[in-house]
Amino acid sequence: MAPPNNRRPGFSKRAQYSIFASYLLGILGAVLGLLLLLISFVDPRGFSALRTAGAEVMAPISKSLSEIGGATGSAGDEIVAYFNAASKNAAMQRELEKNRSEILEARALREENERLKRLLKLDEEVPDSIAMARLISSTASSSRRIATLGVGSSSGLEPGQPVRSPEGLVGRILETGPTTARVLLVSDGNNVTPVQRARDSLPAFATGRGDGTVDIQPINIGSNPFKAGDLMITSGSGGLYSPGIPVAVVIRKTETGAIGRVLANPAKVSHAIVQPIFQAETMRQIEKNPVPDGELETGE
Amino acid sequence: MPRSRQSRIGRQPSQLRIKVIPPLTVAIGSMITALPIITDYPILPPMGLLAVLAWRLIRPGYWPVWAGFPLGLIDDIFSGQPLGSAAFLWSVVFILLETVDRKAVRRDYWQDWLIASTAIIFVLIGGMLIVDFRSNVPRLDLLVPQILLSVLLYPFIARVIGSIDGWRVAS
Repeated sequence: MAPPNNRRPGFSKRAQYSIFASYLLGILGAVLGLLLLLISFVDPRGFSALRTAGAEVMAPISKSLSEIGGATGSAGDEIVAYFNAASKNAAMQRELEKNRSEILEARALREENERLKRLLKLDEEVPDSIAMARLISSTASSSRRIATLGVGSSSGLEPGQPVRSPEGLVGRILETGPTTARVLLVSDGNNVTPVQRARDSLPAFATGRGDGTVDIQPINIGSNPFKAGDLMITSGSGGLYSPGIPVAVVIRKTETGAIGRVLANPAKVSHAIVQPIFQAETMRQIEKNPVPDGELETGE
Repeated sequence: MPRSRQSRIGRQPSQLRIKVIPPLTVAIGSMITALPIITDYPILPPMGLLAVLAWRLIRPGYWPVWAGFPLGLIDDIFSGQPLGSAAFLWSVVFILLETVDRKAVRRDYWQDWLIASTAIIFVLIGGMLIVDFRSNVPRLDLLVPQILLSVLLYPFIARVIGSIDGWRVAS
């Protein structure tokens, strides 16, 4: 298709000026965009009202569609699973080429799996959940990993509360609206989770990589004790997550740490459980049964 | 006079339809993230971007240069990117497309697809780097499936937008 040929200004000064002005407006738009970006970096919560409003407006659609999806055998999930399978397959092929020793991983994984199941049984004794809901949508087209939960502040949700599923930690609440909440998933690049190895409580940090895996860095830099198949659970430090929630399984070592696969795949999580902030809950219990001052001091 | 008796010749479509339909379809494309598609990966093609590129390439005269900013802003609200990311990137795309339009002598289907693909790759990579430049540079291969999917989906979206455009201007 030929572009319209009346767009060449020729010698008319007026036409040239109007083109210049239109460019100027376009550049102004870009500059405004950059300014907004700057603001959203300085104050990440700044525009949360806008995004929450967007999520709230779309919530009826998301919710009803996710209900239908659940009823008809989750067609959407299956399509996603298909795409995931393709990319995961490619990733696995690359990994196999790189590292033959990963054949051992399967055995280690099985052992970890049993341990995980034992752990889950332990965990079921302390459910203490605020709310239970579906993940109704996610930022599937962006490299951020944020999901939308079908309940919000009207059910008592607050930013910071951990979200988990029976499989493990899903993420934490980032922003809340009346009936929706945005969940920062464990695999988001801006999400750092304090973890420890289930076997020997070796402390580490798990940072998201944006693709369903996390980068696990030990706190003692210099040593790299990780093995494929190691199970990482939340350590409870930082005060957000209660200790003992499964987070990830190490799939391979890197130079300084390890790469782990997040256990709670949000695409497969049917229901997410929102828990109270660990520290706040502890404080509430302490307030309920006051402890002598001396004991509190030693806790720090 | 009842509409059915009116002659079809010389009838004008409503101005509202002509003006509103293109931005509306782009906004609906941006809102596609509200569908219950939950992924571990960035895999869903950016529908808003595909729609806006299709409109921009089909109807170069309709869009002012600054249109990338408001449309990108709407996309930012639903995409999960930091606010301003698409507003900036789409503005840049609009400025570049305007320049290309002024320089180009002729255009064909393949050229449109090439331009759209370049823009898709630019926006997706730019969006990922805006989120976190330092740690995302070595991880750009994560975007390959999404980019491929988007590039392959573009001709289909262009066809859909083309038929919507046909309906928009038809009386």
